[in-house]
Amino acid sequence: MFVTLKPSVFDPQGQTILDALSSLGYESVRDVRQGKFFELDVVADSAQEAMTISTEIADKLLANTVIEGYRVEVDPKRGEGD
Amino acid sequence: MKFAIIEFPGSNCDHDAYHAVRHVLGQQADFIWHKDTDLRGADTVVLPGGFSYGDYLRTGAIASFSPVMDKVREFAAAGGPVIGICNGFQILLEAGLLDGALLRNRRLKFLCQDVHVRVEATDTPFTASAELGQVLKLPIAHREGNYHVVPERLADLEANRQVIFRYCDSAGLTSDSVNPNGSVGSIAGICNLRRNVVGLMPHPERACESLLGSDDGRVVFESAVAALVA
Repeated sequence: MFVTLKPSVFDPQGQTILDALSSLGYESVRDVRQGKFFELDVVADSAQEAMTISTEIADKLLANTVIEGYRVEVDPKRGEGD
Repeated sequence: MKFAIIEFPGSNCDHDAYHAVRHVLGQQADFIWHKDTDLRGADTVVLPGGFSYGDYLRTGAIASFSPVMDKVREFAAAGGPVIGICNGFQILLEAGLLDGALLRNRRLKFLCQDVHVRVEATDTPFTASAELGQVLKLPIAHREGNYHVVPERLADLEANRQVIFRYCDSAGLTSDSVNPNGSVGSIAGICNLRRNVVGLMPHPERACESLLGSDDGRVVFESAVAALVA
């Protein structure tokens, strides 16, 4: 799960990193957004169910949707056979 | 009257708040542990400053799900006066009892300094005894105090006079240079639509005795006492 500040919210950390990249000569980088990354090990019958649970968790706790957006990816193979 | 001071793991201004209402104002005060589900007949609820749950995830995010918060919600829904100071303000926002969010300060630094704030409305239980436009000298101590709402919501807050405190200079003038953290509209504190829930970043409880540099914060707690008597 990836949580980042919404595009409308200024991200001073991302801006500082962008400035640093610029001074390192990476002029091709146009923008940087810093965010958070969560790995959830979810027991579910299907990828869809895992997606539903994870999305609910993101809305409820892991992201503050006033200022943050999120993206969820499900990898059904991870954890198989454990 | 009786104040309930909610203690979360990581609260660190709980005793300052207790001292202000108990010893400076001579009122009753109870500490209420965040796992308690009884406000013990309190007339006013204080969510104090600190670093609840170590500020993990987001400031105030995890504390907003503490068992006691259901009772605080019920208390607020019944019109009971609730004030959140600093981390307490962050908790009220995360709990959805107030609108908006607090971002990192614009220069990303933790700020520990005195600021001036102007009282923008006196029809709340925490500003009732203040003068409209009164300038209070209060300390701030935070890294996430940069108040943010989308422009449409800001317009609503302004239209509904929900901005209660604004950063200003000692003469009461607002400007970007005296806005310490980049808050939109120089907002230091707001209330809900019903006006019984107030949150602010500065610490009035740390400014209740002139010996400590300022007693300008007393009016916030005196207001709560007066509001209840009235």
